[in-house]
Amino acid sequence: MSYPEKIHQQAEAVIARYPEGRSRSALLPLLHLVQSHDGYVSEEGIAFCAEILDITKAQVMAVSTFYTMYKREPTGDWLVSVCTNTLCHAKGGQRVYDALSEELDVGHDETTVDGTITLEHAECLAACDYAPVVTVNYEFFDDMDETAALDLVRQLKEGKRPIPSRGAPLCTLREMSVQLAGFEDERQAALEGNAQGEATLAGNRLAAEAGITAPQFDPDTPLVETEEAK
Amino acid sequence: MPAPSRPREDVLSKLTPVVTKRWLSPGAWKLDVYEQLDGYKALRKALRHEPSELVAFMKESGHRGRGGAGFPVGMKWQFVPDDGNEHYLVVNADEGEPGTCKDLPLMMNDPHSVIEGVAIASYAIKADRAFVYVRGEAVHAARRLRQAVREAEEVGYLGKDILGSGFNLEVVIHSGAGAYICGEETALLDSLEGLRGQPRLRPPFPATHGLYQKPSCINNVGTIAAVPHIVLGGAEWWKSLGSENAAGTMIYSVSGRVKHPGQYECALGTTLSELIELAGGMEDGHELRYFTPGGSSTPLLTDEHKDVPLDFDNVSKAGSILGTTAIMVFSDQDCPVLACWRWMKFYQHESCGKCTPCREGNYWMVRVYERILSGNGAEKDLKLLEDACGNLLGRAFCGLGDGAASSVTSSLKFFRQDYLDYIEGNKRPLFDAEKIGAH
Repeated sequence: MSYPEKIHQQAEAVIARYPEGRSRSALLPLLHLVQSHDGYVSEEGIAFCAEILDITKAQVMAVSTFYTMYKREPTGDWLVSVCTNTLCHAKGGQRVYDALSEELDVGHDETTVDGTITLEHAECLAACDYAPVVTVNYEFFDDMDETAALDLVRQLKEGKRPIPSRGAPLCTLREMSVQLAGFEDERQAALEGNAQGEATLAGNRLAAEAGITAPQFDPDTPLVETEEAK
Repeated sequence: MPAPSRPREDVLSKLTPVVTKRWLSPGAWKLDVYEQLDGYKALRKALRHEPSELVAFMKESGHRGRGGAGFPVGMKWQFVPDDGNEHYLVVNADEGEPGTCKDLPLMMNDPHSVIEGVAIASYAIKADRAFVYVRGEAVHAARRLRQAVREAEEVGYLGKDILGSGFNLEVVIHSGAGAYICGEETALLDSLEGLRGQPRLRPPFPATHGLYQKPSCINNVGTIAAVPHIVLGGAEWWKSLGSENAAGTMIYSVSGRVKHPGQYECALGTTLSELIELAGGMEDGHELRYFTPGGSSTPLLTDEHKDVPLDFDNVSKAGSILGTTAIMVFSDQDCPVLACWRWMKFYQHESCGKCTPCREGNYWMVRVYERILSGNGAEKDLKLLEDACGNLLGRAFCGLGDGAASSVTSSLKFFRQDYLDYIEGNKRPLFDAEKIGAH
């Protein structure tokens, strides 16, 4: 195997998370792990997972081809996903996708000629309150329109790392794949990354402004009626 | 009628921030801040009781699952046999239902509430291992959950002999890889076992044959995050927050054609009119036409249903499902045929391929929609859609097929003329027939 020692060590750490005799549970994280090295699920990556888990390559491929996040072709440093599901579509998601497709001169699941940016249209990204939404390496860029989205990818093309609306400062897709394999992001700045916008707090802020709180409780309220209380 | 910009007092009073309240506190995702905000008090309280007492308590609280089906939580916990063998708690954090956007902010802003809930639930069902299956794309949520697990382990809220109780628990945060079907609990189990995420035949049910064929309890992440609050406040308090037969609060995720989309945690049983008012009213120039009460898999409701209390029973009576309370609000400017076409493309993409009605039905329905939307449809196509849905609803292997049929059948019921407008040439085709290769 041509994988460096670090990948082997990480693979062992992944397997150790699951109960003894249940190493196959490690397959999804291991596929993320080989993507962190190769940028996609390569032939070698499939063989690596098969060997380490003692299953066949066909079994690994059956799994790797099932899930959208495992890429079959080399993928750029920046995976730009545009939600075009109904709600984002209604709010302009398709126009955002079309603008990016023209700007980057690529279609769905295709990578720019220089190999840096991959575009995809995505299904619901669980951010409907910020529609239409775009993610770069799965970090959120909320409330997009064509102009903002074009500005975003132009910055990426220039080698800049625009700050997500919600999520950590951008890292490359390979670096992100290490986290998807279950390893902690070691950047403190990443943990501190913003996790909320206006929509997240809309109800809370309205309640706070109106001085509304949930009814108070006594944290020592007994869970079960004591014999005495009965 | 335009809603006033500031909601009326009686509408404001529906707001009941419990599960979301820490989101306002800066740094609540860190252990020290979480502890200042009642964090891990519920775990200490729970560990002073027998597991069976916690199960009885949860039944008494009336807490129901927040993942869509609304199953009573205490009953689910009780189903796990008390046989002294290995048990697992599996938390479903694979949020992906179109319209649903409440679990991600919860995990990002209050990850310790999930971990504390996991510890309490695991203790109640006597599991010493728990897995949180987080949607792959939810990277910031997974990041904060992983640090929460590490912080909790460092101070002894997880690990060996938790708080001197003799209870051990190991928690693994497991990221998925992009497949909506893994939100279906048995598909999730297969995925967690390293397989393609395809649903399993039931019975046997996960309570006896779950993860690794061992007794397992699968709870939604929102369900679990509410547990510490319920343990602290007590069953009567939790019941007092909701309506009859619907205990507690619910995070209503309001999106679409409202002025201020967002998360509104309210008493269960809040109506759409009230939610729109809370969200600042409809966007200028938009009139409410239809909405989903709980994501795209729940049958559409219309402006006629805007005063239905959105709780489990009343939404069922109105002909839909409360689902995940993902309220997508659509207006007179949002064509329901187009909306359904996009949803069908979603179900086609996300069908796991295991069973024929879902794999084929969604594929062919997308094509029928494209024929209609490109101006090449015929009236018999509507019968064809109804027929396909008839072969899907209740006949697919899992709920994905039922969900797919929901929007189609409900839109045909309420908005037949919108379909006919394309067929009869009253409305301009949406696409060029050649471009999409309509049949």
